[in-house]
Amino acid sequence: MIALARRRPGTVFWMVLGVGVPLVFLAIFFVWPVLAIVGRGLFGEGPLLEVLARPRTLRLVGLTLAQAAIASVVCVLVGLPIAHVLYRLRFRGRGLLRALVVVPFVLPTVVVGVAFRTLLREGGPLGFLGLDGTFPAILLALVFFNISVVVRTVGGTWEGLDSRQEEAARVLGAGPARVFLTITVPRLSGSIIAAASIVFLFCSTAFGVVLVLGGTRFGTIETEIWLLTTQFLDLRAASVLSITQLIVVFGMLLLAARARGRSTAQRRVGALRSSRPPRVSDALPIAVAVVTALLLALPIVSLVARSLQTRDGWGFGNYLALSGTGSRNALVVPVWTALGNSLAVAAQATVLAVVIGLCASLVLSRTPRSARGRRALEWFDGALMLPLGVSAVTVGFGFLITLNQPPLDLRSSPVLVPIAQALVALPLVVRTVLPVLRGIDPRLREAAAVLGSAPWRVMRDVDLAIVARPVLAASGLAFAVALGEFGATSFLSRPDRPTLPVVIFRLIGLPGGDNFGMAIAAAVVLAAVTVLVIALVERLRVGTIGAF
Amino acid sequence: MPAQGGNLLQPVPLYERARTVQKKYAVIAALAVITLAGCSSPAPEAGSDPSKLVLVTHDSFALSDGTLAEFTKQTGIEVEIQAAGDAGELVNKLVLTKDSPLGDVVFGIDNTFASRAVNEGVLADYVSGDLTSAEDGYLLPADQGGEQLTPIDNGDVCVNVDHEWFTENGIAEPVTLEDLAEPRYKDLLVVPAATSSSPGLAFLLATIAAFDDDGWKDYWAALVDNGVKIDAGWSDAYYVDFSGPSSEGDRPIVVSYASSPPFEVQEDGTVPTGALLDTCFRQTEYAGVINGTKYPEAAGKLVDFLFSTTVQNDIPESMYVFPVNAAATLPEGWAEIAKIAEDPYVISPAEIDANRETWLSEWAAIATP
Repeated sequence: MIALARRRPGTVFWMVLGVGVPLVFLAIFFVWPVLAIVGRGLFGEGPLLEVLARPRTLRLVGLTLAQAAIASVVCVLVGLPIAHVLYRLRFRGRGLLRALVVVPFVLPTVVVGVAFRTLLREGGPLGFLGLDGTFPAILLALVFFNISVVVRTVGGTWEGLDSRQEEAARVLGAGPARVFLTITVPRLSGSIIAAASIVFLFCSTAFGVVLVLGGTRFGTIETEIWLLTTQFLDLRAASVLSITQLIVVFGMLLLAARARGRSTAQRRVGALRSSRPPRVSDALPIAVAVVTALLLALPIVSLVARSLQTRDGWGFGNYLALSGTGSRNALVVPVWTALGNSLAVAAQATVLAVVIGLCASLVLSRTPRSARGRRALEWFDGALMLPLGVSAVTVGFGFLITLNQPPLDLRSSPVLVPIAQALVALPLVVRTVLPVLRGIDPRLREAAAVLGSAPWRVMRDVDLAIVARPVLAASGLAFAVALGEFGATSFLSRPDRPTLPVVIFRLIGLPGGDNFGMAIAAAVVLAAVTVLVIALVERLRVGTIGAF
Repeated sequence: MPAQGGNLLQPVPLYERARTVQKKYAVIAALAVITLAGCSSPAPEAGSDPSKLVLVTHDSFALSDGTLAEFTKQTGIEVEIQAAGDAGELVNKLVLTKDSPLGDVVFGIDNTFASRAVNEGVLADYVSGDLTSAEDGYLLPADQGGEQLTPIDNGDVCVNVDHEWFTENGIAEPVTLEDLAEPRYKDLLVVPAATSSSPGLAFLLATIAAFDDDGWKDYWAALVDNGVKIDAGWSDAYYVDFSGPSSEGDRPIVVSYASSPPFEVQEDGTVPTGALLDTCFRQTEYAGVINGTKYPEAAGKLVDFLFSTTVQNDIPESMYVFPVNAAATLPEGWAEIAKIAEDPYVISPAEIDANRETWLSEWAAIATP
């Protein structure tokens, strides 16, 4: 019976659609541009591998790996207690806190860089730490930006885990630490590794924050590619570095895939049943969460405080100025218009990323019986993650030289902005949704099929029903990523339709106290809007899926 | 086992009617093509009188509302702005897209990148006929852009000082580049890095022009010994480390623009910061017709328009730089506060282009070990 069900043409159709849509999308908007620009560099003249022999390059590759690896580990260690508190415990204000935790993720790197440096510089409030321009400062900022990835990715899975296994272990005498390490962590391993790999990718391509905080002594492969491409036009060296970056990223993804293996099927329950009021045994995670929250809040609070400082003392002058175009017409459009643009573009990007990501996840969650099929799926999985690990400069310049002929003459078209943002958000959607889909007991689907459900019906009533909540969480995160995306957006956005981060970047790049204050106020508005949107998404009640 | 399309009570979904896998592939392919085709815009028709010109600029391009509309009123041609990064990125993008140009006219190529643009052949031969001998000083040498680039604006990158800080601390302000290396100005200077910031590069060029071939390296070594702070970008240096009234920091000397002090003027008229006019490097920005445009004639008109007083009078308030057109008028107050260096440091575009990478890597070795 099962064999029959799997061979149905309907299944084939869905497989083709699920693989085809994401692959066509990636092929046109990612693989082709990247190959074109890397190819142009490689088939030029001059020594090819010379750039790899430069001591500077070796140092930067080492720095890239070190900062990404350390930041991912720290994010997981600190993110897990927060995920526990926000997704397993029930208390007032939880929804707001869940939304607040995403704030660092969407803040423009330029602004955060300046906020961090204002705190850390000699003579600043935290100047005594002596961190300005050091490696730990970069790490702190990277953790600040990416911790919400861990909290939300792991939290989304954790929320739906049936807690009875843990309770049984407690009843049998295991302490909270032992229960956590031997039962909870293994059950969450899929999403933990997924989250860590996303953080690793984000950190290994970090750009603005490394430049601002690392001063000129630190850098990454990414900053070097930017320098070689935009300033020196040394495409050959940039291509070699892009390939190096790809190899690093690909190696990391393979490791993650191996470590992830196949997570075992988990019993899933509705979120209402899994959370409970805090207990004494939660003291440690709560303490870690509170301390981390305070540390995360520090740069944000300093931003808010700075946004209220005007030339004439404290007040809302900077916010009132947002309806204008800045000192001496710094901007083409008022900041509020830019916010409108941002919201519209981010919504489009979210729809794209969620639709494509869901298609891909549904396919990836299946286990083909042939070894070749399984391997193909693994490659497909890796391909989806690649956009996170490849330099935005490489992709952007690739767009310039590929999407220039009808019917794809898109270089000046506004559609490229949501597409580029969706490319960045897509891996987040897949990594949030896929662990949950993989965790579904295949017997559920088989039972549904045996009872006569068509494949689409199985998908709707089993897969989609279970995954609805994680999809919601993923769309919130995707929206946040799209809202805050700066690298690709600034490259592609049209001057008459700038997004909020682009406007902020412009304001902070011009002299005059008003422009700087406005930039900070605009960043606070960006953060507030993100919190609002995510809090609304959290409030949408998805019909509980019941216990299976 | 019911039929695969669901049971008979449910409508058979449309896709189930496409029986064979091949047909489904075709459907998907068709959908993809339709979607993508819908995204593309129709190709413009060739001709001498376009309805629209694309002006490719750097990110800092800005004019007041209605200024470009004046061009549309005069010629019936609309102008679409396409921003393409900073000056270096702008030129590199033009070079990469030589075969299918990004637009018709470019504005924002400066004297540090002019040579590359000209040598790579991204510009058509055209210089505005409205230039007079008064603007001769801004023209590029004959084989380095003299036939392709029309000067539009210029601005000086200069060392800025916080007058209030020096008054309060009873220390005399520095005047020359040499002064900055003196012990009494130890730990007081902050500069944006030459490798990641365009004013930073301009300041490096000023020091190269001021001291001879190897002298500038000794000078930078002296600056490093004297505690110069090197930040990644201008905003970082100016807003975080500089001690000026709109900044947070405690260093009273910063590399910025000659046009920065006017923006710090207080409501009571005090001028808290100033530019050291003996430390300046002049950046001139040019416009040109992009090679391969379908409308060279109209593109030339747009270059003329950028040089006309309509745009030139608007440039100071919109872009914080000085117009080159001798007939342009400066806004009120600019003449007193916004000073122009009498004798700024200069290096020829060809020399900059030939040495930029060497200089930058030598500089990085000294300044950012």
